[in-house]
Amino acid sequence: MTNKVMPTLDKTEVRLMKGNEALAEAALRAGMQAYFGYPITPQSEVIEYLMAEQPKHKNCVVLQAESEVAAINMVFGASGAGARVMISSSGPGISLMQEGISYMASAQLPCLIVNVQRGGPGLGTIQPSQGDYFQATKGGGHGDYRLIVLAPGSVQEMADFVFEGFRLAEKYRTPALILTDGALGQMMEKVSLPPLGSLPYPDTPWATMGKKPGEKRHIITSLFMQPEEMEEVNMTLQKKYRLIEETEVRYEEFGVDDADVLLVAFGLVARICQKAMQQARARGLKVGLLRPITLFPFPEKRIAELSARVASVLTVEMNAGQMLEDVRLAVEGRCPVHFKGRMGGMIPSPDEVLEAIEAIAEKHNVELQR
Amino acid sequence: MDLPPITNGFELVYQKPQTLTETPMHYCPGCGHGVVHRVLMEVIDEMGLQDRTIGVAPVGCSVFAYEYMNIDVQEAAHGRASAVATGIKRVLPDRVVFSYQGDGDLAAIGTAETIHTVNRGENILMLFINNGVYGMTGGQMAPTTLLGMKTTTSPYGRETSLAGYPLKITELLAQLPGSYYVTRQAAHTAAAVRKLKKAVQLSLQYQLLNKGTCFIEVVSNCPSGWKMTPTESNKWLEANMFPIYPLGDLKTPAQPMN
Ligand SMILES: Cc1ncc(C[n+]2csc(CCOP(=O)(O)OP(=O)(O)O)c2C)c(N)n1
Ligand code: SF4
Repeated sequence: MTNKVMPTLDKTEVRLMKGNEALAEAALRAGMQAYFGYPITPQSEVIEYLMAEQPKHKNCVVLQAESEVAAINMVFGASGAGARVMISSSGPGISLMQEGISYMASAQLPCLIVNVQRGGPGLGTIQPSQGDYFQATKGGGHGDYRLIVLAPGSVQEMADFVFEGFRLAEKYRTPALILTDGALGQMMEKVSLPPLGSLPYPDTPWATMGKKPGEKRHIITSLFMQPEEMEEVNMTLQKKYRLIEETEVRYEEFGVDDADVLLVAFGLVARICQKAMQQARARGLKVGLLRPITLFPFPEKRIAELSARVASVLTVEMNAGQMLEDVRLAVEGRCPVHFKGRMGGMIPSPDEVLEAIEAIAEKHNVELQR
Repeated sequence: MDLPPITNGFELVYQKPQTLTETPMHYCPGCGHGVVHRVLMEVIDEMGLQDRTIGVAPVGCSVFAYEYMNIDVQEAAHGRASAVATGIKRVLPDRVVFSYQGDGDLAAIGTAETIHTVNRGENILMLFINNGVYGMTGGQMAPTTLLGMKTTTSPYGRETSLAGYPLKITELLAQLPGSYYVTRQAAHTAAAVRKLKKAVQLSLQYQLLNKGTCFIEVVSNCPSGWKMTPTESNKWLEANMFPIYPLGDLKTPAQPMN
């Protein structure tokens, strides 16, 4: 069963593509008007693909910046000038962008940021990871702000969420982020794509495009020197985030109705968990899976509901337990919350997850072979 | 008793351009920032560019430039004005775009953006106000601070073994093929202002012709940071800043550098 609320796009073409390329192609088809980036593994295919395709899309600027710092500030300028803009990177580059992202959240500028995660901290590894969950969902840069965070679980969703990311960013005038990983970026799968022009452009009366005679000038700023004014801006932002929490939560669930053990996992790991769940069910274990699609807003209400019905929750991530904290906050002690994680570029196998499920089943005397 | 207005019988020959707002400027008395704002906005008004110009303000004393400039403005992060200007100009190539930055903003934290913006030959005007200190944060040392000059972070005078040399970034930028017109001006006397105005006019004309980056350094003062009266600061400017940062064109279309 799925509960994902996604606008349906008319798909007209099927291709076999790498995740990164599907994302780049989707951005062009979504009518992206500017992309700024800096190469970093495992997502350099995004800028490479865009550079190669750019001649077919004369209305889209594709520019390799001198750094991620410069790139995000180019995004700031282009977005402030009313353009639909995307930027992509991985861990170290996303870290460098944080000041600019904070500025954009404050100045209420839309853009789509893509983080194809690799293992960290530090220079880390180029292998896939989910170690940037905290950075993506809790703010990342300075000040009280949130990003809309979408977590694709397939190459198809790498493409679909570009449309959704742009749409949400523009609807709420805030940066949205696609949090994916090196495996999804590099793997090849079948992907259906909509035609060019599937996403209408929003009105941007606030953009700096030149002051029209008789009209007021436009100012894009994140500076509000008077504390009263700054608090006002903060209240506006918080109101927006609450509205997003009320209206934009997306998740997908499988076999939760009779589940004793509820798996919670996002992105690639949710697919691994689906496999583990099948294996567990074949052994008679009642296991369900909830996959958050939006990491902010987080499906905390649904997790809270389910936690009242299941015997325990198992969160599986490619990190040391980051979403785990949000799951615990949602569960609020209604049942035990367990964790299985691999770090530093290691991907948990379905067998490992199954083992963890079995250990929990035993611990809580969940009946085997029912 | 009603007195007739003292302007009766006079001709109006000079007034505040409509490209400046009514907001009183917050700059310290004698500071060059206000003069440069005025010159820039006057040219934009005279060239009829108000409706198609987008400015980028820095982080520094001129962070509030948008309060005074009656045009569309974006306020950039510290050092990133030229990257923001790049973003604007790339998506709106038919607009006139300028960045306005201090020496800390342009030549310290934003050095990479500065060099690469010029190196790409972005079709913008970059205005660089070199007052030798960080005015906004209280007069700390800047990359352009003169040797021996006392600031709050070089209290015994700038000394090379600790802090290196005054950075002549304008000379550096003139070497880059992406720069089309590079000049160093001042704004402390009427004559200097006239020359500065000419440089701004030329730069915007070149931008309209898509010639590449135009870069104007304005060697300016910071009476507060320098702990001087406005008059003293202007004298000090001539005696100490000009020898290190000599005024004049560094690169013109007639005399491009190799
Ligand atoms: C990332 C960051 N670092 C430091 C600061 C603090 N800061 C604000 S203005 C400034 C220096 C400005 O000096 P300058 O560019 O020379 O301009 P002026 O004030 O002299 O006109 C500094 C360091 C900041 N706002 N952001
Ligand atoms: S501190 Fe210096 S640069 Fe800033 S307004 Fe005052 S005089 Fe001008």
